Amino acid sequence: MDYFLQMAISGIMIGSIYGLVAIGFTLIYKCSSVFNFAQGELLALGAYVCYGIIVQIGLPIWVGFIGTFVFAVILGLAIERLTLRRMVGQPILGIIMMTIGLSTFLAGVLLITWGGRYRAYPSFFSSKYIHIGGVVLFQEYLYSFSICVVLVAVFFWFFRYHKWGLAMRVVAESHEVAASMGISVMRVFALAWIISAIVAAIAGIMLGSINGINMSLIEMGLKVFPCILIGGLESVGGALIGGLILGLSETIYIGYLGSIFGSGFKDIVGYVVILLILFVRPYGLFGWKRIERI
Amino acid sequence: MGFTSSRYNTSYEKDAAIVRTRLQWGFMIGFIVLLFSFPFYVDSDYWINVLNLAAITLISVLGLNFLLGYCGQISLAQSAFMAIGAYTSALLANKLALPFWVSMPVAGLVAGLVGLIFGFSSLKLKGFYLVMATLAAQLIIMYLISHMSLTGGVEGIILSYAHLGPVVFNTGRSSYFLIMTITVIMVFFSTGLARAKIGRAFIAIRDNDLAAEVMGINLFHYKVFAFFLGCFYAGIAGSMWAYYTGLVHPEQFTLIDSIWQLAMVLVGGMGSIMGSIFGVAFFKVLDLLARDFIGPWVGAVFPALAINITMGMVQIIFGLAIILFVIFEPRGINHRWQILKNYYRLWPFTY
Repeated sequence: MDYFLQMAISGIMIGSIYGLVAIGFTLIYKCSSVFNFAQGELLALGAYVCYGIIVQIGLPIWVGFIGTFVFAVILGLAIERLTLRRMVGQPILGIIMMTIGLSTFLAGVLLITWGGRYRAYPSFFSSKYIHIGGVVLFQEYLYSFSICVVLVAVFFWFFRYHKWGLAMRVVAESHEVAASMGISVMRVFALAWIISAIVAAIAGIMLGSINGINMSLIEMGLKVFPCILIGGLESVGGALIGGLILGLSETIYIGYLGSIFGSGFKDIVGYVVILLILFVRPYGLFGWKRIERI
Repeated sequence: MGFTSSRYNTSYEKDAAIVRTRLQWGFMIGFIVLLFSFPFYVDSDYWINVLNLAAITLISVLGLNFLLGYCGQISLAQSAFMAIGAYTSALLANKLALPFWVSMPVAGLVAGLVGLIFGFSSLKLKGFYLVMATLAAQLIIMYLISHMSLTGGVEGIILSYAHLGPVVFNTGRSSYFLIMTITVIMVFFSTGLARAKIGRAFIAIRDNDLAAEVMGINLFHYKVFAFFLGCFYAGIAGSMWAYYTGLVHPEQFTLIDSIWQLAMVLVGGMGSIMGSIFGVAFFKVLDLLARDFIGPWVGAVFPALAINITMGMVQIIFGLAIILFVIFEPRGINHRWQILKNYYRLWPFTY
């Protein structure tokens, strides 16, 4: 039982980070129907910029955080303004290729600026264990989990009560309605990108402080696709649940089946799940079924 | 798409012909002669290798063009299907010692049949959900290939070169003729197919699948066939890749390769055979420039970063190319080419 609890709890901890990355995706998709393939690069850029400010320049940690957030805001704004704004109303393929092009571009920038080798991250949290009953917990995971919980709570509050959060929901519902209510759709798009970039940067910093950083952080973007699909592309809460499911299934798979099928399969397990889900339910588990008219 | 003002079709055969004027015949024959005599006047294995790889990519891109450009079904798994073709023909050649002219079509068929699975589901999967499904397919197929003992795991399979009687295609120069012959055949086949009922049905489905179904196009048949066709081409391309390089390896067929093929279709111009050729040519030239000229040049200026510079430059240049094309010319290079052609035909008038 302790073994299972151990697996379940570490699954939830990892899953919360997946959920955070996935929320970044859904925020953008909800508002502007853009599926952002560059989310992994946004995450990695956030992690590397924070690393650069704290370790390479040598400024204090809080400057690093603020600098990273400022960078994320500028990056999100620049991406929205320079590329995706021109894509409103374009066919899906164009939008997908645009974000793929962006992701390639940003990956190239990352590779040239920081190179491919592994870098140790400054540890913000103590790396001691905590024992709760028979379960061993890394403090780092615990802290990042709490940050995720706080962020998600903030998002729920934001979308329910804040003016801009409500505006984002209206835009997700219908651009025409939003425009006729006096909401600037373009500003909401920009806001979605900014929030998404910040969330990605936070997730990147957390992942960095846990595992250190290298170019494989980018793959995080691909890895959370299953959560989004499980949760439905439009649902922020669903993204979090999807993240938790993915984290749980990964650790439980490693804990119980990893020795049988090989642990490398854990990277694929999410995709097997989404393929099965898509064959049965082509709109994802919580996605909106669209009615098509000619 | 007209003729010069003084020229008219006088029979249905002329109206339906692919090659319509004497000048076009001249260009076509000249081009083919030029293509096949290339190794005789260019004494450089480097350029022959470039052309060989470009031709193999072109075949796969033609398949993706049918799927994406004509039928509107986005697939991120094209290089995984290439891998299926490559491994099939490698296994057939090694284990059963089949000659290449048997194993190549079989490889295409096997890839096509695996693609059928996605064809069946594409009836319901649309847009992003189809992208996700094919993305999952790419990763799962490549995972299976790199972890099965049959396919040689991460070490891949070494296979013997193709041979036809006493001729062994073991050098870039000898393979060149084989690859170009197959490529030319595939391009002509595609041109015909795109103009036939099938191609028209694909276009109708791309523009609006519900409307197409109402107009009497069997959606199920054609979508499934589009996937079969796209994956068949990928399988043939993969098989040629296997015979040409003599080694198949999971690292040769990554998600990135699928994405580049998607980009080639898009940049070249969706829904045209010429567009595929332009797209492949554009990205190959870009690749060469970035890898062999710009990358080393930047690397020489900033020697500390030299290892990563080349890879990074390739990515930056490719990414920029995609972004700029999507923003400024979403119809691709082929659109510009058509404008140019019309301008030439109607000159000195404007219309």
